[in-house]
Amino acid sequence: MSNETIDLKTRLVTDFYARESVMNGEASSAFHQKKRAALAEFDQLGFPTTRNEEWKYSNVKDLTSVLYNFNAGSSITTADLEDLRIPSQEANILYFINGHYNADLSVLVSAASQIIIDSLQEAYKKDPVLVNTYFNELVEDEKDAFTALNTAFAHDGVFIHIPDNQTVEHPVILRFISDARIQNVGSQPRNIIAVGRNAHVKVAEAYRTLGNERSFTNTVTEIFVSEDAGVEYYKVQNESENAYHIGTTKVKMLDRSQFYSGTVTLNGRFTRNNLNIILDGERCEAHMYGLYFPDGTQHVDNHTVADHRKPNSESNELYKGILRDRSKGVFNGKIFVRPDAQKTNAFQSCKNIVLSTDATMNTKPQLEIFADDVKCSHGTTTGQIDEEALFYMRSRGISQSEAMALLMFAFCADVISQIRIDSIREYLEGVIAEKLASK
Amino acid sequence: MLSINELRASIEGKEILKGINLEIKPGEVHAIMGPNGSGKSTLASVLAGREEYEVTGGTVVFDGKEILDMAPEERAAEGIFLAFQYPVEIPGVTTINFLKTAVNEIRKYKGESPLDAAQFLKMVREKAKLVSMNDSLLKRALNEGFSGGEKKRNEIFQMAVLEPKLAILDETDSGLDIDALRIVAEGVNSLRSPDRSAIVVTHYQRLLDYIVPDYVHVLYKGRIVKSGTKELAFELEEKGYDWIKAEVEAVG
Repeated sequence: MSNETIDLKTRLVTDFYARESVMNGEASSAFHQKKRAALAEFDQLGFPTTRNEEWKYSNVKDLTSVLYNFNAGSSITTADLEDLRIPSQEANILYFINGHYNADLSVLVSAASQIIIDSLQEAYKKDPVLVNTYFNELVEDEKDAFTALNTAFAHDGVFIHIPDNQTVEHPVILRFISDARIQNVGSQPRNIIAVGRNAHVKVAEAYRTLGNERSFTNTVTEIFVSEDAGVEYYKVQNESENAYHIGTTKVKMLDRSQFYSGTVTLNGRFTRNNLNIILDGERCEAHMYGLYFPDGTQHVDNHTVADHRKPNSESNELYKGILRDRSKGVFNGKIFVRPDAQKTNAFQSCKNIVLSTDATMNTKPQLEIFADDVKCSHGTTTGQIDEEALFYMRSRGISQSEAMALLMFAFCADVISQIRIDSIREYLEGVIAEKLASK
Repeated sequence: MLSINELRASIEGKEILKGINLEIKPGEVHAIMGPNGSGKSTLASVLAGREEYEVTGGTVVFDGKEILDMAPEERAAEGIFLAFQYPVEIPGVTTINFLKTAVNEIRKYKGESPLDAAQFLKMVREKAKLVSMNDSLLKRALNEGFSGGEKKRNEIFQMAVLEPKLAILDETDSGLDIDALRIVAEGVNSLRSPDRSAIVVTHYQRLLDYIVPDYVHVLYKGRIVKSGTKELAFELEEKGYDWIKAEVEAVG
């Protein structure tokens, strides 16, 4: 059988069993049994088609039509990373190249008493029971092929554990680099962030690509937010024109905890972000912000869920996009208010500027409310640049392109200002201003 | 300085300006008056380059250059300024940042180097004082949540900063109480000089008590039907526009 006739799914399933056959004793571990079940689920589900309601506007056929090397090595050096830098700030910076932790490039600055940061592999070697307590606990019931696939192949990524009452001053910045300079590469990072009671941390995932071959990143992050804890979580995607990204972040919040997120998609051929938050405590606060700027034929899809399960909590969501050329955008925001979740406040807003008649934006708010004493609102707008504002600026001598850039930057400003890791925000301000001025 | 010759313009196929002729020399202030719907604001918009209007005939020469083919930003850089009747609110862009961009874009057009932050701030503070503009407004988003008076004052402040050769004030007096009107007029007067001109578009005579024009023109049905000195404005204030309309109808 030649390579051309093996499809991606078959190859992955075959690879899984081939690896398993050389595992010896570890194959019977609880950890591996979770992976085994996930593989079976993936095998049964298969890659989604547009007949699946969750994937109605996002077709993964192009993504799944070729093979990727999931074990690609990389000869990456510090010099290669020069162009991919984020302005310096004292931070814990971890590099993952094609999905594998690179200790040589990484820098850890926070005290071990404040925060445990390890690669998932290393953490599992040190304390398999601890890792297994968290692994797959949140996403097990997702019924999503990509999530199941990630679980089956979960090998590396980050494991972060913050003990109770620790406030980690320096942010954790996870740099995921796909080195696609010589071949199609695939990676499946798996991250666990477990935050103890009254502990606080800021984490950012930043995705970049080297080279122009195809890259496929299928990432899953599980975040556990204990009572009174606070987590800020950002995702920055600035990948290549041949980069496919599917990501799921699932969060579980307990009483009085706070969760802040910002998801910014700057570039990438095809991006799908799932952000699912379970508010499983009282007086929780979840904030979700998003920004996306597709151009050319790029595709950006954000699916979010705020699942209110207990009373007196609040969720607040604002996503904004600017679409050009023949790009496509998708926003699907679900809010569930379970019968017990009285006095819930849930707000959702998605605003878009569509600059070309060939660009399309599909927005779908989905509210399912089973409690009667709640405040929920949602709204979506899709429009063009305000012509009157444009003329006003031009009448003061500002060129059309500069005026457009200023107006678009202003449109994004309220989301950008929510990014509270200074170096990431400054990086974004620079890249976004440049991107908006470039056309 | 400005020479308008047989200017015709329409919007959505309806002709609004039907052959305007006007000569403005350096240092002169011309008032354009007229009843509602006569084309006053259209004239101001066409001169500034608003693209909804289609120019169907005539020429406009400013400082020796034909401007009708110029983009609004080029006209601004050449020295034309329109103070809007309804200034636009722009959330997310501060007044100060907006003006800095404008000043430096115009300097770029003229081949000058951009002002540095310190030079710019010093200049802006002086101009703000000139129109009694509160410094705190500069840091706020452009016109967002400004009162009517603050918006109009912001227009005059921008004019002071950009120092145009020709200022066009489109109904700057509308919606202003007498104190705001006085402050706005003082700002305009302080910018008067032998090489700067102004067109003051207004429905009422009262603004002209404060900004005294050299000439007054009455616009009616898309044409200038009567011109005179400031006495014409008093006559209009006293007798209204009906006698002018009657004169035009009698001739037409």
